[in-house]
Amino acid sequence: MKSPLLEIRNLHVSVDRHQILKGIDLQVNAGEVHSIMGPNGSGKSTLAQVLSRRDAYEVNSGEALLNGEDLLAMKPEEAAWAGVFLAFQYPVEVPGISNAYFLRTAVNAMRKARGLEEMSAMEFLPMFREKLRLLEMDDKLMNRSVNEGFSGGEKKRNEILQMAVLEPKLAILDETDSGLDIDALRVVAKGINAMRGPERAIVVVTHYQRLLDYIVPDFVHVLVDGRIVRSGGPELARELEETGYGSMEASTSAA
Amino acid sequence: MSSNVNAIRKLAEREYKWGFVSEIESESVPKGLNEEMVRLISAKKHEPEFMLEWRLKAYRHWASLERASAEPKWANIRYGPIDYQNMVYYSAPKQKPALESLELLDPEILATYQKLGIPLDEQKRLAGVAVDAVFDSVSVVTTFKEKLREAGVIFCSFSEAVQQHPELVRKYLGSVVPYTDNFFAALNAAVFSDGSFVYVPRDVHCPMELSTYFRINAAETGQFERTLIVADASAYVSYLEGCTAPIRDQNQLHAAVVELVALDDAQIKYSTVQNWYPGDREGKGGIYNFVTKRGKCEGVNSKISWTQVETGSAITWKYPSCILRGDNSVGEFYSVALTNNYQQADTGTKMIHIGKNTKSTIVTKGISAGHGQNTYRGQVKIMKGAVGARNYTQCDSLLIGDKCGAHTFPYIEVRNSSAKMEHEASTSKIGEDQMFYLRQRGIKGEDAISMIVNGFCKRVFRELPMEFAVEAQKLLSVSLEGSVG
Repeated sequence: MKSPLLEIRNLHVSVDRHQILKGIDLQVNAGEVHSIMGPNGSGKSTLAQVLSRRDAYEVNSGEALLNGEDLLAMKPEEAAWAGVFLAFQYPVEVPGISNAYFLRTAVNAMRKARGLEEMSAMEFLPMFREKLRLLEMDDKLMNRSVNEGFSGGEKKRNEILQMAVLEPKLAILDETDSGLDIDALRVVAKGINAMRGPERAIVVVTHYQRLLDYIVPDFVHVLVDGRIVRSGGPELARELEETGYGSMEASTSAA
Repeated sequence: MSSNVNAIRKLAEREYKWGFVSEIESESVPKGLNEEMVRLISAKKHEPEFMLEWRLKAYRHWASLERASAEPKWANIRYGPIDYQNMVYYSAPKQKPALESLELLDPEILATYQKLGIPLDEQKRLAGVAVDAVFDSVSVVTTFKEKLREAGVIFCSFSEAVQQHPELVRKYLGSVVPYTDNFFAALNAAVFSDGSFVYVPRDVHCPMELSTYFRINAAETGQFERTLIVADASAYVSYLEGCTAPIRDQNQLHAAVVELVALDDAQIKYSTVQNWYPGDREGKGGIYNFVTKRGKCEGVNSKISWTQVETGSAITWKYPSCILRGDNSVGEFYSVALTNNYQQADTGTKMIHIGKNTKSTIVTKGISAGHGQNTYRGQVKIMKGAVGARNYTQCDSLLIGDKCGAHTFPYIEVRNSSAKMEHEASTSKIGEDQMFYLRQRGIKGEDAISMIVNGFCKRVFRELPMEFAVEAQKLLSVSLEGSVG
C-alpha cells in the first residue's frame, strides 16, 4: 500500500522547555483537505511551523514522515524542495526585492534542487500573470517589494499566490483567514479551491469556522492544549460553531 | 549542522579570489621616507620644478605632523602604529610605462588583468569603456586614447598629464584637497607616483565611461595614487574605479587622493567598487585604505555624484565629499559599506553648502557581519550665505549575527535659517523571521542572506552604471560567504 503523504506519530514538541504539543497523531493522504481547529494557544501554529521546519522548536519525541521520509531531519529549504509549503500567518517583508524576482528565484531554487532546468523570465512571467488573475491581484504587485506596504489582505493573498506558483504537495495554511474581509476571503478561498487536486494535500489551520464555509474540508480535527481531542467530518466544524471550544476542553479534562 | 558550518568556513577561506601575486620584475626604491626620497621619485618621473616644489612642501608639512604624532585619531577604528620608514614608496614594473599600444605591455601584467576580469582590449572596446590601469605605483596602459582625443577628452596617467598638460595640472592640483588638508593627504602629495587624469572640455559629453583599475602587487609597498578630474563648463563625465590586491600577511597602506572639479553646468559621476584584500578571517593582513576624496562644485548648476561600494580593505577611512560653491549646485553620496570578519570601516561624507539653493542627498547602507565594525560619519554644513539650501540624509544599518557593530555619527551645522534638513536613520537585523520565510520558499541560507542584503542596498545599486551594478551584487554575495553559521 502506498504510504500516506504525511504521517505524524506521537509528536511531542516544546519551546524553551515549555511543552506545546503533547502527542499528536495525524495522517494526511494526497488529495485530502484537513482542517485543524482550536482555541488560541492550543498549539496549531506550532504544529504548522514544526512541519515546515522552523528551528525554534524542540522535538522531544515522536516522528513526522513525508512520503515515508523523515521530515523532522530536513532543513526548511529541504522540506520546501520536498513539497512542503507554509502560508504564513504573518507574512514577512523583504524590502528592495520585487515579488516577481523573489518568486522566480524560489521557483528556480526548487527546480534546481529537483534536478530540473531553471525557468527563464520569458517562461515564468506568463505563468505568474495567470496566477495573479486567479487571485484577482493587480499586475503592479509583480514589481512591488515582497509584502512591503501591502495591506493585511494583500499579504494573505500574496501567500496564496506563492502557493499557486510553487505548486506544493503539502500546503499548510496558518490562519490564512485572519484579518480578511468577506470579499478578500472569497477570493482567497477561490484560489485555494483551485489548488485542490488528487496529487495535493491541504491542511487548513484556523480558529474560526468561517473559512470552512468556502473551503469544505474532508476531515476536521480539534486541537486543544497540544492534543487532538476530536476528529470528524465537516459537520464537526459546524458543531463547534454552536458549542464552542469550551465543551471540548471539558471533555479532555474528563478523559 | 556542524558539517554545514565547516563547508561555509571553507568557502569563506577561499573567498578572496583576487589574492594571487604576479611574477613581474619591478623596479623599486629602498624603504624609507625623507626629502631625498621625494626628490628621487620626482626625478624618476622627470617632473617639472613646480611639482618637486609642491611635493617638498607637502613632505615638510607631513613630517611636522608626524613629529607631532598628528595622525588622525578621531575615527572609530583600531590599528597598531604604522612604521612609515619601513615601507617602499615607489614600485614600477620594469619597463617603460604609458604605452601607446597593448602589444607592448608585459604579457604577465596583461595576464594579471585578464585574471582579474579586466579586459583591457577588445571586450572593453565593445562595452565602450576606456580603461587606465595602475599597477603598483605606475599607470601601465590607457586604452582608447585616440577615440577620446577626437572628442577632445584628455584621459591619461597622471605622470603623462604632468608632462603634456602641465598648465592644467598646475591650475587644479591641490585646489580641492590641499596638501595641508590632513595627514594622509600630505603623505600622498609628497610621494604619489601616479594615478589618472581626466579633462573634459566645455560642452563635451564624454562619449564613454572612463575607468581606472588599481592593483597593488609588490610586497611592503604603499600605494599612493592621485586622481584629478576636471569637467569644464557644461561637460559631463562618468568615471569608474575598481581595486584589488594580493593576499599578504602584512598590512599594506593605500593612501589615495581624488579631486574633482565641476565648472558651470558640468556634471561628474564617480563610482567606486573597492575590493582591496580585506585580511583573513582572523583579521590578519589586509589593506589600510586611508583615502581623501573630494569634489568641488565650482560653477553654477554643477553636480557631483559619488557612488561607492566598499567591500574590501582591513580598514576603510574615507569620506567622499562635496563643496557646493556654485549656486544651485548639487552633491550626492550613495554608499554601501560592508564589513565581515574583522574588517573596520569608518566612512561617510561631508556636504558643505556655500552657494544659494544648493542641494545634497546622502544615502548610505552599512552592513556588518562577523566581527565587522561599521561606522557612518557624516557632516552637513550650511554656511551663512547658502540661502535655500536643502539636505536629505538617510543612513541605514543592517546587522548579520550578534558579534558585529554599527555606529552612526551625523554632524549637522546650520548657519542659515532658510535651510531644510531631513535626516532618517534605521538599524535592523536580518531577522530569523526573514530567513525562515525565504528558506521556506526553497531559497538556501546563504542565498537568502544575499537576497536580503541586495534588497537593502537596492537604492544605491540603482546609481551604479549597469555592468558595475551586476559586479557589485556578485561581490556582496562573495564577501558575505561565511557569515551564516
